[in-house]
Amino acid sequence: MKNVVEAFGLVKHYGEVVALDGLDLVVTEGSVYGLLGPNGAGKTTAVSILATLLRPDAGSARVAGADVLEEPALVREKIGLSGQYAALDEHLTGFENLDMIGRLYRLGRSRSRARAAELLEVFDLSEAGNRPVKTYSGGMRRRLDLAGALVASPPVLFLDEPTTGLDPRSRIELWGVIRELVARGSTLLLTTQYLEEADYLADRIMVIDRGQEIAQGTPDDLKTMVGGERIEVTVASVNDLPRTQEVLEGFAVGDLASEERNRKVTVPISGGAAVLTRALRTLDAAGIDLHDVGLRRPTLNDVFLTLTGHTAEPSKNGRMPVANSASKKGRKR
Amino acid sequence: MIGITHLLADSMVIAKRNVIKIKRVPEVLVFVLVAPTMMTLMFSYVFGGSINISDGSYREFLIAGIFAQSMLFGATSTSVAVAEDKEKGIIDRFRSLPMSQSAVLAGRTASDIIYNVLTLFVMSLTGLVVGWRINTSLWEGLAGFGLLLAFSYAFSWIMAFVGVMVPSVEVINNAGFMVVMPLTFIANTFVPIENLPTVLRVFAEWNPISALTQGARELFGNIPLGAPEPTVWPLQNPVAYTLIWVLVIIAIFAPLANLGYRKAVKQG
Ligand SMILES: Nc1ncnc2c1ncn2[C@@H]1O[C@H](COP(=O)(O)OP(=O)(O)OP(=O)(O)O)[C@@H](O)[C@H]1O
Ligand SMILES: [Mg+2]
Repeated sequence: MKNVVEAFGLVKHYGEVVALDGLDLVVTEGSVYGLLGPNGAGKTTAVSILATLLRPDAGSARVAGADVLEEPALVREKIGLSGQYAALDEHLTGFENLDMIGRLYRLGRSRSRARAAELLEVFDLSEAGNRPVKTYSGGMRRRLDLAGALVASPPVLFLDEPTTGLDPRSRIELWGVIRELVARGSTLLLTTQYLEEADYLADRIMVIDRGQEIAQGTPDDLKTMVGGERIEVTVASVNDLPRTQEVLEGFAVGDLASEERNRKVTVPISGGAAVLTRALRTLDAAGIDLHDVGLRRPTLNDVFLTLTGHTAEPSKNGRMPVANSASKKGRKR
Repeated sequence: MIGITHLLADSMVIAKRNVIKIKRVPEVLVFVLVAPTMMTLMFSYVFGGSINISDGSYREFLIAGIFAQSMLFGATSTSVAVAEDKEKGIIDRFRSLPMSQSAVLAGRTASDIIYNVLTLFVMSLTGLVVGWRINTSLWEGLAGFGLLLAFSYAFSWIMAFVGVMVPSVEVINNAGFMVVMPLTFIANTFVPIENLPTVLRVFAEWNPISALTQGARELFGNIPLGAPEPTVWPLQNPVAYTLIWVLVIIAIFAPLANLGYRKAVKQG
């Protein structure tokens, strides 16, 4: 299978800060590659280099057969980019923004207009299409910016945190759009802070931190490394703990852990809510009183805990990680 | 020559975007038009009485100077717009597109001519009201406006360069003021330069703004009767001297601005 994106030894420094520290990356044709990492990991820097916006201090990269440093114009003909921050003209309407991008891709007047209308439809923005972007909500801007990346149906797409700031419904809709695109043969590199998203969309995931690769593989590989979903049960009385363990043993796909101090049993499972429901019925039948119960999926934090032994910390620039909020709450308690 | 065709086509697209903006943000337009009108009125009535021109009307003398100054101030809006594009990140979008990368600034400076045409139009009306007249022919009058526009277009390129280099929009207004003020005041814009102290006079004589003003005055027929003949080449040949500056500025700053643009990264 052809490699559509290849990068070798990418290095980028910003003064003291090392944004990329020798990153290698290969994306094969027609696949979705997820770049997963906390704030400041270097995701945007990597995407910016591949999209010809930024020159690396060292390393080389090819996109769609063209050298990013030597032939940026050729690369730009093959890519669509939606950056982390919406790159739109506030004073133009949604339609005018897309039309302008179409003209600059040299689609010609009528094709460009038709494509703008079509994309507004796809991204549920038809009604707002004739309003200046200034009046759009954050999620609407995000969607319009994504539409901008798709105007010329480019064979290679770079989406930097495409769903950050979208509500759950828009996020799921967007996932659908992305999947359709890929089904039509586009190659996609996307960055995200959500393991769930990378899991759903990506064929291959690379976890990066401080500009370096930490792990790479298929979502299943990673989940195996990190441990998949699990049920967490907190019983009302410590005395029930051994019996609870016995009952839940039947649902476990790995070793289960119990903590006497907070009366909690954690059970790795596979099968999601259906398994949780059955487990609850069984516990109920056994007459065990529960204080709390939940289905937990591994988060970016779990990935980091497992792979690096530390949580997804912000890098030295001091920006706070978003994916981290759960653990911060935990510490406070 | 595909490069040139693309440059022109893409510049048109960018210019169209900027023109739409004029429609959407009429406040800017008001500012562009009201400020020069105020300047014209203030200078005419405040200084008009106390500055003596050998023979003739100060107001006639003044107008070309105010035109020249307004052209420079008008060009500062170019850098504000460029810096704003940089700050808002839309430049990142342009830089990822297979468009002619020089078109972003070329389109910008081209569309800024429209502002300047509007400014000149409104100021001319104000000028007519306070007693300014074009005493030559229609063609010479138009050539005078053309000269002013050509210089402001060139100055737009300097300002586009400033726009891509500055870290934030806020810096520009002050920086622009600091450049435009001395350029337009140490010149023959508002007072005759014969009586200036030597250093200032020499600066004023070679200052392209003086030549621009002098050139416009000649083309409008606003040189006061009995005004002393200029003694330096730039003011003896103001139109040629101004056009040389126009070409030199564009030749230096258009490539510089484009180079800066290519390196510009969205801050933060
Ligand atoms: N223009 C810049 N000037 C200085 N430092 C920068 C600049 N851009 C990025 N950095 C630094 O480089 C590092 C990597 O930044 P990058 O934006 O690539 O991270 P990211 O993974 O995209 O993070 P986020 O999830 O917050 O978007 C950070 O420490 C950041 O502070
Ligand atoms: Mg980022």
